[in-house]
Amino acid sequence: MKLSSHRLMNSPTPTPPTATPPPAGLARYAGIYGAFLRNGLVREMGFKINFLLWIVVELLWFTLQLVFMAVIYRHTERIASWTQWQVVLLVGTNHLIQQLFTALFMNNCVKLSENVRTGMLDFLLLMPVNARFLISLRHVDFGAFVNAASAVAVMVYAAGRLHLTPTLPQLAGFSLLLLVGLSVHYSVMYILACISFWTVRAQGIVWGYYNLFQLARLPDEAFRGTFRAVFTFAVPVLLVTNVPVKLLIDKLSSPLEIVWLVGLSAAVFVLSEVFWRWSVRHYASASS
Amino acid sequence: MNKYWHVVTLGIQSTLVYRVNFLVRALFGLVPLLALILLWRAIFEGRADANLGGYQLAEVVTYYLIVNVVVALTAVTEDDWQIAADIKDGKISQFLLKPIDYLSYRFCLFAAGRLVYTAAAILPTAAFLWFQRDAFLSPASGTHFAAFLLSLCLTALLQFFISFTMALLAFWVLEVATFIFILFAFEYMAGGHMFPLDMLPPTILSLLNLTPFPYMLYFPVQVYLGRIDGASLAQGLGIQAFWVAAAYLLARVVWGRGIRHYSAVGG
Repeated sequence: MKLSSHRLMNSPTPTPPTATPPPAGLARYAGIYGAFLRNGLVREMGFKINFLLWIVVELLWFTLQLVFMAVIYRHTERIASWTQWQVVLLVGTNHLIQQLFTALFMNNCVKLSENVRTGMLDFLLLMPVNARFLISLRHVDFGAFVNAASAVAVMVYAAGRLHLTPTLPQLAGFSLLLLVGLSVHYSVMYILACISFWTVRAQGIVWGYYNLFQLARLPDEAFRGTFRAVFTFAVPVLLVTNVPVKLLIDKLSSPLEIVWLVGLSAAVFVLSEVFWRWSVRHYASASS
Repeated sequence: MNKYWHVVTLGIQSTLVYRVNFLVRALFGLVPLLALILLWRAIFEGRADANLGGYQLAEVVTYYLIVNVVVALTAVTEDDWQIAADIKDGKISQFLLKPIDYLSYRFCLFAAGRLVYTAAAILPTAAFLWFQRDAFLSPASGTHFAAFLLSLCLTALLQFFISFTMALLAFWVLEVATFIFILFAFEYMAGGHMFPLDMLPPTILSLLNLTPFPYMLYFPVQVYLGRIDGASLAQGLGIQAFWVAAAYLLARVVWGRGIRHYSAVGG
């Protein structure tokens, strides 16, 4: 960004294309993402205390979720067929997915409405890069990576209490499914963010989404009927964390559950792309 | 007094703009509530007359339903952010020049906001209560219900004064959001949002009872359920009133100091 404006000001004649061919495809996007990371780090380090305090806030909420489960298991042996440490593993895994989502996407989705309101979106759409890439990934939240580490610590401890010895393929499958689940959260949130093309306020949407997120850390077996169907197939949040954890603790009722997660994740992503394109087509700029 | 009445009507008019937002909030808020209730139903399944941590199924369900009602009626949602923004942007200067008391002004807006929110949320909440009616208990007795209403008002005051004081931190720090969230996290647990506090080990509960947090939510709900009686009910209301007075004084003191520290940036 800085480079191109510099060039515009200093050389009125366009540089011949032969000088330095821009890296193509993936390498180019990796380079841009590197710039996002650097910007993010610089920004965070400008407010160090705030950076640390936000980590404390997230740690507190994570502790609360664990306390909640601890209190429930003071008074019961199991929730449906889930034992205490299986649920702790579930809560930890959910926190990992949530923190990765926060690190990579959350701020960006929230900022979309602001970009619409201020007209910044015009500028982003004109960039010679995929607009959705820019909008989804520009702001990286480094504190969330720290919190992701706390989630991993809890997961490892819970796995120890369960005497789990996952095989390598199990671990690989688990990690892949985490990414698939992450993509579900991203796509759903992106759809909600696109609604702000019309509402221009993101607050309610963010708040609503956090409410949905709370479902993902509960064992799916506790639910049935319409509720389970809606949050499995319409908004697949109940699959996101449950399926990978069930793979790890051999609880999958059938491999079909994995197929559902992967299939629905792809479907929601396609839906979000369609809705995004449709939204942009109806976007009439704010300022100009 | 008349001018504050105007503030209330102004507040109602300006929050009416967000009525759809409020309705959506109320609807979305029912999703995790329903999930929690279903979770407890699953725990109780196969032992319907069981007694877990001193609660029967209907009591647990009613606990969460009444928590939701109390939160809708008393929780501070936007006010603290707006107060902090007023201070940060220097908008507070105009209130120092006018013959109006900022705390009272803000309280009127808070009351107006809660009124509109309640009006927007009443339909979905009532429908939800109807939907859960097999496990919804009516108040333990007329006396308990009256005490519940009184305690509800005290809860609203306590919520407001504490949030007001927290927002005043904006006089000293640039970013109050983190502090507000940290306090909110404590309140969420120690106030009884997530689970009835008497499900905790007794020593922890008795420690929590020394803080104002249980009186910000848990106490009125216990009164409604009739789990607090006679002398301890009167004593509890007394302690709650004490915390309200203490929070009010703290708000006044912090305001006084904040104003002296204030430098009207951008004002």
